[in-house]
Amino acid sequence: MVKKMEYEVVIGLEVHTELLTKTKMNCGCITEFGGQPNTHVCPVCMGLPGSLPHLNKKVVEYGIRAGLALNCSITKLGRMDRKNFFYPDTPKNYQITQDELPLCRDGHIEIELEDGSTKKIGIERIHIEEDAGKLLHTGAGTLVDFNRAGVPLAEIVSRPDMRSPKEAVKYLEMVKSILSCTGVSDCKMEEGSLRCDANVSVMEKGSNTFGIRTEIKNMNSFKALEKAINYETDRQIKALEAGEKLSQDTRRWDDTKGITTVMRSKEFANDYRYFPEGDLVTLNIDNQWIEEIRKTIPELPREKELRFVEQFQIPRYDAYVLTITMSMADFFEKTAKASDDAKSASNWLMGDISKIMKENATWVEDLKFTPEQLGELIKLINAKTISNAIGKKVIVEMFNTGKSPEIIVKEKGLIQNSDEGEILDIVRKVLDANPKSVEDFKNGKNRVLGFIVGVIMKETRGKANPQIVNKLVNEEIKKY
Amino acid sequence: MELHKLKAHELKKLINSKEVKVEEVTNAFFNRIDTTDDKIGAYLYKAKEEAILNAKRLDNKLGAEGKLEGLGGVPVAIKDNISVKGMQNTCGSKILEGYISPYDATVTERIKSSNGIILGKLNMDEFAMGSSNENSAYKKVINPWKKEYVPGGSSGASAAAVAAFESPLTLGTETGGSVRQPSSFCGVVGLKPTYGRISRYGVTAFGSTLDQVGTIGRDVEDCALLTGAIAGIDKMDFTTVNTPVQDYSKSLIKDIKGKKIGIPEEYFGEGLDDKVRKCIDEAIRVLEDNGAIVKKISLPLTEYSLAAYYIISSAEASSNLARFDGIRFGHRSKDALDAIDIYTKSRSEGFGKEVKRRIMLGTYALSSGYYDAYYKKALKVRNLIKQDFAKNFEEFDILVSPTSPSTAFKFGEKTEDVLSMYLSDVYTVPVNIAGLPAISVPCGFVNGLPVGLQFIGNYFREDVLFNMAYSYEASTDWHKKSAVIE
Repeated sequence: MVKKMEYEVVIGLEVHTELLTKTKMNCGCITEFGGQPNTHVCPVCMGLPGSLPHLNKKVVEYGIRAGLALNCSITKLGRMDRKNFFYPDTPKNYQITQDELPLCRDGHIEIELEDGSTKKIGIERIHIEEDAGKLLHTGAGTLVDFNRAGVPLAEIVSRPDMRSPKEAVKYLEMVKSILSCTGVSDCKMEEGSLRCDANVSVMEKGSNTFGIRTEIKNMNSFKALEKAINYETDRQIKALEAGEKLSQDTRRWDDTKGITTVMRSKEFANDYRYFPEGDLVTLNIDNQWIEEIRKTIPELPREKELRFVEQFQIPRYDAYVLTITMSMADFFEKTAKASDDAKSASNWLMGDISKIMKENATWVEDLKFTPEQLGELIKLINAKTISNAIGKKVIVEMFNTGKSPEIIVKEKGLIQNSDEGEILDIVRKVLDANPKSVEDFKNGKNRVLGFIVGVIMKETRGKANPQIVNKLVNEEIKKY
Repeated sequence: MELHKLKAHELKKLINSKEVKVEEVTNAFFNRIDTTDDKIGAYLYKAKEEAILNAKRLDNKLGAEGKLEGLGGVPVAIKDNISVKGMQNTCGSKILEGYISPYDATVTERIKSSNGIILGKLNMDEFAMGSSNENSAYKKVINPWKKEYVPGGSSGASAAAVAAFESPLTLGTETGGSVRQPSSFCGVVGLKPTYGRISRYGVTAFGSTLDQVGTIGRDVEDCALLTGAIAGIDKMDFTTVNTPVQDYSKSLIKDIKGKKIGIPEEYFGEGLDDKVRKCIDEAIRVLEDNGAIVKKISLPLTEYSLAAYYIISSAEASSNLARFDGIRFGHRSKDALDAIDIYTKSRSEGFGKEVKRRIMLGTYALSSGYYDAYYKKALKVRNLIKQDFAKNFEEFDILVSPTSPSTAFKFGEKTEDVLSMYLSDVYTVPVNIAGLPAISVPCGFVNGLPVGLQFIGNYFREDVLFNMAYSYEASTDWHKKSAVIE
């Protein structure tokens, strides 16, 4: 029997991200998402006869900033080119982009693999280009909204360095995290400000000759990316096993059906007829400007992650999760300082607070309470003024109202009762009322202790200091 | 007094001395247009109502401020590929029928702010592709000097309107000689400025790296007046340059003593009409008499200009004209079923033969596998041609040549032979390839048709061009001859 061949998948990603400039790439129209169709437009982004692009310097600056954050080298001599193709959402029927002389080249980022090791993923190039409008298919026909036409994009092309869908997801997470951290993009996949295409091929494990690759488009989430690559890998392997020849197609991911389908086969590939954009001049980028931009780059997620581990002594996993977004990292750091208890800060943010935010579909930016107030809450718990269980109620109230924890505790009378005499009375009362449980305990069923404590906590509306309750129950029950 | 026969600078003076009103001048030109334009065919759109309103406004302004600077209330007519807010912009094509520009080109804005009156939009070869105005999708333009002859192109109507006294000043556009060649054919003065001197914003693109707006008047002073009003850097056009615009009125002096003139021998070779050559030779003698030093030079790469030009301009056009697709504006085929169908049918119906030819040519030249052999090579040739000129401008102030190898030709004479049509631009095209400024001035007649003398200047030395052209003009009477409309 022939030994079954083992395969390895080879993945490269092309990430398109909208740059957060206030105005479009080549005109003065605003870039704001949404708005009534065709209200953020002008002769330039509508491609009216005679209009000319005038390149927004901020777009170049943001492109350079992204490049520096992704460890690229920045070109001294850039050029805009035209990519020619007919599509109704592309007003000029060419896109102003960069072909031969992209803004950034030869970068890389590090991702952490599941076994804890790190891997370098190469970035071939980053170029800037304009986005297209949007087609709206209606019963009455297809309409075009040009509000998005001309919004600046950076296209980040990775090297084919990823070897599993998980690596691809990690890479995309890291790129997203770096881009939002540097403020060049808000990376909202749901609004389309971060989009991703994947180049996927399979080859014999250990080989260094890549197979025929396909390009997959239309994946709108991390989940979709992972599923699409998985599907495509299986499809290609099955085809090869069946002795079929693969073809270099562009395929569309169908998220509902969970399959990829051919969008364009190689024979029908566009000839984009790239050539220099004569309406714009050569980009001469001097070192001084690059250095000025470099100064504006904040601490990047990975550096932050390592620093958090070191400085706050929190687990590596916590540090990773907390540094995925800049806003979360900031919130954590401030809370840790205010509470002087980094581990609790991390637990609250990754636990209850993340859960509440998820339930309410809000972001850290939208939180009504401040890191200092969260710090107060942690201090109240650590000082045993309130119990942890009460804290969980207080945080919900803080989330809803933005009131400080002290006020909430006072208003609701939640201060923990640590008066042993008072608690003892209640313990005795409860034990008197539950002779069956006392009996069970005597028969060796220790489980009833939990029940008794529960009843007492209920009786005191959670305010009794649980440690004292535990101690007294243990002591008293034995006396019966 | 026949106001329409006066030159722009004469009208400006009369208006400012309050001898005539802007409104009277404006009316005089519309009267002239109404009498003669049925024969000439220069106007595609007449903006009478708006022009009269603006004339009244300027008359009030003159009353209030005592002075009208700049164009001083003088009318200007504009080629129909330059956007004027609220007016059509057909580019001489059916594909843009019904499109009204919602914005002003920068040159239009500057004419308005410089106290000019816009009379209307002028006929042209479709998308400025042509040398005889026979490619207009609307109507033909007659050469005012002889009705069987073409006015040249693509700004044929811009030159004919001035020659026929239908506007004292006009704007044309150039990609390969489209202002100078018709100026030569119609016996008027036409300037193509340095690439980057005048904003292209709002000017429908043909070849983006070649296109420039050009100015036409009946003498050098008029041409300089209009150029001064619209030249200069524009933030809407990244290819405009921040070199100060000279005061061209200071160039209008006869003295050219010691100025060095180069005569490129390649511009006097095979194909040049003998009688045209005689006119040019005579003109050179006039310049020598005025004190210039004349020397023969060689521009050996001249013969490659036309080939490089047709590749570069067509390649750029193939991309620039892609936006005329029937989706957002202009002609949309009535029986199109889907997007691809809208494109193919609208473009097939909307574009004329020459435009389609250039789009095909340009698409081919940019195609994968051909790009290096055609487009890239043409760009290399272009660089060499630039160097060729640059070398000579180290020694010479100006180069002098015929504007076109012949005088105007008859309708239909070259329509079947595209190459011979292209050859009528052989002396103008190298200038566009290099991005240099050049001017054509009348220098004689052959069989009753005007001959044009071309001065080619160094980058941003329009001042030198005006000085040389003025010196020549001041020593001759050619610019004083008037066409009699048959």
